Amino acid sequence: MLLDIRNLNVSFGSTAQPFQAVSGLDLAINRGEIVGIVGESGSGKSVTMLALMGLIDAPGRVTADALQFAGQDLLGMKAAQKRQIIGKDIAMIFQDALTSLNPAYTVGYQLMETLRLHTPLRGAALKQRALELLEQVEIPDAKSRLNAYPHQLSGGMSQRVMIAMAIACQPKLLIADEPTTALDVTVQAQIMELLVNLQKQNDMALILITHDLAVVAEVAQRVVVMYAGEVVETSSTELLFNTPRHPYTQALLASIPEHSKGAKRLSTLAGVVPGQYDRPSGCLLSPRCPYATDTCRTQRPPQLPLSGTSVRCFTPLNDSGIPSHE
Amino acid sequence: MLSFILRRIAVVIPTFLGVTLLAFALIHMIPGDPVLVMMGERQIDPEFYASALKRLGLDQPLYVQYWHYLLNLLHGDFGTSIVSNEPVIREFLTLFPATLELSLCAMIFACLLGLPAGMLAATRRGTIVDHVTMGSALTGYSMPIFWWGLILIMLFSVSLGWTPVSGRISLEYDIPPVTGFMLIDTLLSGEEGAFKSAAHHLILPAIVLGTIPMAVIARMTRSAMLEVLREDYIRTARAKGLSRGRIVIVHALRNALMPVVTVIGLQIGTLLAGAVLTETIFSWPGIGKWLIDSISRRDYPVVQGGILLIATMVISVNLLVDILYGVINPRIRHAR
Repeated sequence: MLLDIRNLNVSFGSTAQPFQAVSGLDLAINRGEIVGIVGESGSGKSVTMLALMGLIDAPGRVTADALQFAGQDLLGMKAAQKRQIIGKDIAMIFQDALTSLNPAYTVGYQLMETLRLHTPLRGAALKQRALELLEQVEIPDAKSRLNAYPHQLSGGMSQRVMIAMAIACQPKLLIADEPTTALDVTVQAQIMELLVNLQKQNDMALILITHDLAVVAEVAQRVVVMYAGEVVETSSTELLFNTPRHPYTQALLASIPEHSKGAKRLSTLAGVVPGQYDRPSGCLLSPRCPYATDTCRTQRPPQLPLSGTSVRCFTPLNDSGIPSHE
Repeated sequence: MLSFILRRIAVVIPTFLGVTLLAFALIHMIPGDPVLVMMGERQIDPEFYASALKRLGLDQPLYVQYWHYLLNLLHGDFGTSIVSNEPVIREFLTLFPATLELSLCAMIFACLLGLPAGMLAATRRGTIVDHVTMGSALTGYSMPIFWWGLILIMLFSVSLGWTPVSGRISLEYDIPPVTGFMLIDTLLSGEEGAFKSAAHHLILPAIVLGTIPMAVIARMTRSAMLEVLREDYIRTARAKGLSRGRIVIVHALRNALMPVVTVIGLQIGTLLAGAVLTETIFSWPGIGKWLIDSISRRDYPVVQGGILLIATMVISVNLLVDILYGVINPRIRHAR
């Protein structure tokens, strides 16, 4: 196992009235595997990954029972020691590539900065490696792009640069946080293809955070569904798309526009993810769940294994998509 | 880059014209004239008075005087002092190095303290360090220069006896002016102890003059840093595994410097205004003191010329700041 997160909690705000952005999250990632994390905005997907990277600042608080990466304990590690892993073995790319690059430095500078930090490469060899990386992410005319400033690049091109920076030290795990959300549809497909190719070439694990279920269905081997800071369902891609067990997963799948063909209105799940002050005492989905019972409204469901998947629900759906108790 | 600089320079020309008009109008609005001031309380023979005015060209209508003034300016002639009969530009050039030396040292003091203070406050936001630093900055900013100068003189010069009260250097030294900068000239002269004496004389006025710019720089640096530290590219830098120090100095500071450089540029004007007061308090023989003396003598050409020359400097510095932007921020350099 490459990454093992157990009982991860991330909270913000005062200690008296904390906002639980992520609670009791378990996540395991194997070497070379592609895992999709899905869920609507505010479900804690990005926060989980930022916590893993050590990028949550005070007053945010991160606790976990275990945070193991490639046999190393990230929790007890000193900051300086962790920085030797972050950016080298675990790399991350972000949603908005245009603002994720420093406007004051050239592409080459920012790329070589990572290499200089984590590799012994210097001088001409360093520049050569930077050039190779730009070519690897299929940037045309890579040589002149080294001297370009971020504002001279398009969104897709910037994301390619970000990817080049992320894979610079051949990480074992790449986290892509909605890497294509800010891009044109045509460019989205290219970037996804690039990511998957790189994943195969470098045999790295890829965590793909996205809203785009179609992308997940296409590339991911496993899917983690998150809602309001909790994992509600984990399963193989095939099982999840064929027989969703959690009502939230079912609603997510139903909201894919293609599934509403012929209907006048798109299928939606009413309401929004509960915020700091309107969290229900029972199951977090209960106010929005069409199948909620009294038990759902008063008690928190635990995460339980169920025919090859793992579901956090008192009344998981059966193969026909109906709650098991009905 | 060249066309960028030329465009900036073109914008400056109307500003100059405005300054000449303002300087001319303001000094002529003050009651009295140079002849009256020179005569003092004594009775003036009206005939002599008229001939004196005529000799100075002050009998003509104001717009004619202004026109002549502008024409002379175009020929590079800033006029001649009515009191000393020296060309204004020569007096200015003799005295200016003293002011420049004082201002530069004040600015260096302001930056050396202000930038790190701002960075420290930003990275330790909300802590006691932040509050103490920003509290001191606010106090410094609110300090009236003349009062602050007197307090420092009382403490360091009178009570403790660490620094001299006034002047640029002890009277025992006779330093031939080479560059006009006392610190450099004393080193060139090779006289023992001269440099130390000059530095001693400079330190208090520089602190007094630099206090307000320091406070402004510290506050500006803090807020600019805070803004930049929230940017996505800072997150990227952290995700690379860079150290905290490198992130702050390399990735954040360069972007935060933009507004700070603007403020430093704008402070040059404040600095020169402050120099007028500081030089008066410390009897510093610079253009500030020169201007004050000239106003009380109604030395029209000196006041007009002096103001124009100071304005030229402020404008040039702002121009320089604009150009510096282009150097710091590639986006401005490439914009059309």
